[in-house]
Amino acid sequence: MPSALFYFFAILMVILAVAVFINRNPVASAMCLVGSFICLAALFIGLDAYFIGIIQILVYAGAIMVLFLFIIMLLDLKAEEKRQIRPLTFLGGMAVVIVLVFQLSTVLYSFEPGRVTLDQRPIDTAVALESRASLDEPGSIAAALERGTLPDVHLLGERLFLDYKAHLQIVGVLLLVATVGVVVLSRKRLS
Amino acid sequence: MAISRAERPARTRPTGRLTDSLSATSFHTTRHNVHWLPDFDIALLLTSMVKIVGLIFLVIMPMVAYSVYAERRVSAILQDRVGPNRVGIPLTNIRLAGLGQPIADGLKFLLKEDLTPGHVRKLYYWMAPALVLIPALLTCAVLPFGSELNLFGHSVPLVIADLNVGPLFVFAIASLSVYGIVLAGWSSNSKYPFLGGVRASSQMISYEIALGLSIVPVLLLFGELNLVQITREQSQNGWLLLPISFFGDGPVIEWKRLLFVIPAGIAFFVFMVAIFAETNRTPFDLPECETELVAGYHTEYSSMKFALFFLGEYAAMIIGSGLAVTLFFGGWSLPFGIDQWIIGLNDGMIPWWLGLLHMGVFFGKVVFFILFFIWVRWTVPRFRYDQLMKLGWVYMFEIALANIFLAAGILLLFRA
Repeated sequence: MPSALFYFFAILMVILAVAVFINRNPVASAMCLVGSFICLAALFIGLDAYFIGIIQILVYAGAIMVLFLFIIMLLDLKAEEKRQIRPLTFLGGMAVVIVLVFQLSTVLYSFEPGRVTLDQRPIDTAVALESRASLDEPGSIAAALERGTLPDVHLLGERLFLDYKAHLQIVGVLLLVATVGVVVLSRKRLS
Repeated sequence: MAISRAERPARTRPTGRLTDSLSATSFHTTRHNVHWLPDFDIALLLTSMVKIVGLIFLVIMPMVAYSVYAERRVSAILQDRVGPNRVGIPLTNIRLAGLGQPIADGLKFLLKEDLTPGHVRKLYYWMAPALVLIPALLTCAVLPFGSELNLFGHSVPLVIADLNVGPLFVFAIASLSVYGIVLAGWSSNSKYPFLGGVRASSQMISYEIALGLSIVPVLLLFGELNLVQITREQSQNGWLLLPISFFGDGPVIEWKRLLFVIPAGIAFFVFMVAIFAETNRTPFDLPECETELVAGYHTEYSSMKFALFFLGEYAAMIIGSGLAVTLFFGGWSLPFGIDQWIIGLNDGMIPWWLGLLHMGVFFGKVVFFILFFIWVRWTVPRFRYDQLMKLGWVYMFEIALANIFLAAGILLLFRA
């Protein structure tokens, strides 16, 4: 990704994220969050991670935020706009932010692989193809690599469904339990 | 950052380096060392620009205009009326069966009074029509509308962005158009548009699940998310729903593909129902249902802003048809693998006339689907809202889910 585009999307993302909590109108906040998600997706796509970028839009911007907006529209917005910020809540929020920024900066500072740019180590499909030569089944990943494209969907699927299959099942069961729990809790008691 | 990159000694692009449709913006220095600008691949950039402008303004937009005309003419035929058959060339008596009607309609929309009611939320009221139209037009970027055009020794692939996540890209961007409808309903600040917006958001979210699940069998068969590759495969081995190929590499009838027509047919059915719901077409046009909600989410809109909602709906319909054609009916390819025969006669090259023919074939198929959309609209009555929800969650969702198992079973049966 050209650095100009990276800075454009990164700065836009931060501005929109700030606008989320500056706006007093919840619908405006929600729309800014959607814009922020789309900018994040652009950053993913800039890293050649098309699948993650598209899923970011599909799941967060296209589904979750629509539900948010759906609920917000049914609320009483006037009461929300008049609400005063209490100093204690403000201080508490700021403390969380400062701790988070401190944690992030220490972790990111010591993250060596993050310093390598795509220019220093370009994705070489020939090398990637060689490393897969030991596998018996070449399949569509090798075909895509031979075409000179990065099969990010296939690679991600292979990693998820072969290496992390147990973890995936557990996450699935967790989500199912949460869904059943919500249905049970929100069920009307007739009697 | 851009300056420091350009100042480094000239380096040619390594052969194995990842190149794709977006590499138009990758940096590499040439003889003309411009220090302050990244060096673009001018040829790719120019052809992409031509493709984008040509596809949107010379193909999609006129198609939208003329599908409105087709809608009015076909509905007239179905209801035994005459329909708009008067407007021809202005200032003459030449009528051309009313083909001038879309131009007159467009002018009328532009010249009408653009009324903004006093009670609306201005910013969102103005933003909403654009938010409906833009996603619908963006999605056409990944649709392969032709094979490739060989002109003057250059081969131009007839797709704007050859992405590896084609169908997902279409779903993701198309799912953003719900914001336009929801915001239109909310910002209008009156009862009927609001109800329309609420209906639209729940309807589109419900059917998105069926839409996504319905194409999983197709992706299982092809093992591929790249629409260009999917079309090429169908060009060689016959369309997904017509798997007969006389001229391909394999046998004329492949039993796996023939048996796969069953899950593919079910997938196509669920896909079409979901597309109808996603584009808010009758029988699922509950968000604008005129007998209950006046005009639904665009009640308070007038003039060109109203027309933009219309354009968005028809553009979404064209893109949905294009995706259905690409996934199930071989995209730009001719049936029975005839492409392979012609290419074989021309030493493995696609002659320029075949490239143009492929474009014609693709848009011909799309036009067929648009007529199908229109036909359904004027024959099937509207669902009730609870019926719509039940159909989406109880029937379509379950059918799509069971269909995935059926498709996987067939693929397992024929596994080498």
